Amino acid sequence: MSDTEIADIEAAPIRRSTRWHIAVFLAPAFLVYTAVMILPLIETLRLSLFNMVEGQLAFVGLGNFKVLFSDPRLSADFWNALGNNVIFFIIHMLVQNPVGIAIAAMLSLPGLRFAAFYRSAIFVPTLLSFVIVGFIWKLILSPIWGIAPGLMDLVGLKSFFAPWLGKPDTALITVSLISVWQYVGIPMMLIYAALLNIPDEVLEAAECDGITGWSQFWKIKLPLILPSIGIVSVLTFVGNFNAFDLIYTVQGALAGPNGSTDILGTLLYRTFFGFQNQMGDRSMGATIAAVMFLIILAGVSLYLFVIQRRMRRYQF
Amino acid sequence: MSKARSAPLRTALIHLALIAYTVVALFPVFLTLVNSFKSRNAIFREPMALPTPSSFSLVGYETVLQQGDFIGYFQNSLIVTVASIALVLLFGAMAAFALSEYRFRGNTLLGLYLALGIMIPIRLGTVAILQGMVAAGLVNTLTSLILVYTAQGLPLAIFILSEFMRTVSDDLKNAGRIDGLSEYSIFFRLVLPLVRPAMATVAVFTMIPIWNDLWFPLILAPGESTKTVTLGAQMFIGQFVTNWNAVLSALSLAILPVMVLYVIFSRQLIRGITSGAVK
Repeated sequence: MSDTEIADIEAAPIRRSTRWHIAVFLAPAFLVYTAVMILPLIETLRLSLFNMVEGQLAFVGLGNFKVLFSDPRLSADFWNALGNNVIFFIIHMLVQNPVGIAIAAMLSLPGLRFAAFYRSAIFVPTLLSFVIVGFIWKLILSPIWGIAPGLMDLVGLKSFFAPWLGKPDTALITVSLISVWQYVGIPMMLIYAALLNIPDEVLEAAECDGITGWSQFWKIKLPLILPSIGIVSVLTFVGNFNAFDLIYTVQGALAGPNGSTDILGTLLYRTFFGFQNQMGDRSMGATIAAVMFLIILAGVSLYLFVIQRRMRRYQF
Repeated sequence: MSKARSAPLRTALIHLALIAYTVVALFPVFLTLVNSFKSRNAIFREPMALPTPSSFSLVGYETVLQQGDFIGYFQNSLIVTVASIALVLLFGAMAAFALSEYRFRGNTLLGLYLALGIMIPIRLGTVAILQGMVAAGLVNTLTSLILVYTAQGLPLAIFILSEFMRTVSDDLKNAGRIDGLSEYSIFFRLVLPLVRPAMATVAVFTMIPIWNDLWFPLILAPGESTKTVTLGAQMFIGQFVTNWNAVLSALSLAILPVMVLYVIFSRQLIRGITSGAVK
């Protein structure tokens, strides 16, 4: 809307003694958010400092963390999950975001026909539940049903087929790519919106200077959408470091084969609830959640305080 | 001008690339839907073929409807999703209005506090959430899920909606005040109708993770009477691994509602994103 200049002159709303309506507007959101999200988060962080000592819940300081990093089985599991999680994230950054940007760049070209159809269709996997995605990809990649080997036979690549989900050295990459397939819609939508927001005058000016097509994308559009790419990267980071569902539905809570697809989310689930012959452990679960919290906090702060500050923003 | 710029060859290549990716995106969904209508033999013999009169079969859907209580699961998912979206939109819009409209002490701080949840996933508090729900006697109730999802959806909703509400004309609101409207009617009757595109955006972004969530139903409400579709389908797959007709039909049924909601909201979605805060 175009009332900004009028709004600037406008004085603040008239002061009354107590403006109860502000409290009424804020209270429901504040209460639910604080009670169900913030307090449990704090309580979980607090629990990570406690453990059962002789049947009593007692303060153990950083004892739980010491156990997590020194107990041979636990620390091996933890480092394995963290390493896998980093690979999981890197694959998303290298595949999901560039593909999403490329699709958005193509969709945003002026005068492209069927753009709305492509956009909706490519967003469909993002709407699907992990259960559906996990199961259908398991079927497609299954050597029994033969969709993937059959398709590869068509292009003469059948000899390259392998039961990727079942082999420890390819399972993690395969699961990551399934997740990429599912989530490409998010970077696509956000970058598409950013590209549409570039004013036409900027692009026309670029054309007058003879910058078109490919070099227009690299020299004009890409620098302008960098802030959006930053936000997409942070969202990817946060999403990846608390991912759980896809691994659980494709490979089960044990994140097989042989722990090769175990990430922090599945490790947290197994540690907190126990699985098969492993006992559930609330304190250790809280400890892993606290470590995940610190990792995510570190990543988000790095973005907010280092990367975002150095990024140039353009105002139109 | 744009016509002159786009050489036909380049346009063709772009269409080719987009069609190729669209096929990649839709193929698994297509495969699920098509095979859910075929007989068991046809699924295995010709997985890619469309159902013909000889291979057409509804046996999978019959099994699903007889075995699991899928109607009940649907009802649960629908109640949880709709109630959570409604609460997120209502509470979120109210808080966003207060933050964007009034100047009061602590405004910025409160905004930051409420935005924390965009970056910190609620899942990390699961240990204590479960404890709290046990203490409140809410385990295995839909209420527990609705509460968690409302809290989960609020931060992003408040963030997006308050950016939008800043664009609503102050003149309009002040005209309302002069006409003697209360602050509540200004919010409900003037501002809310104007931010409808933003509400649609928020609704879609809130809906997807709620409908598809497996973590909280698994932990807070795994009981038979409170299972959601996602959890029900997951359990069903566990029991019927070998009955592919049934599993594919169950999956097709789970795809359906989310598609319907997406079609309803999608027209406003892109408008909401482009003019909004998610840039």
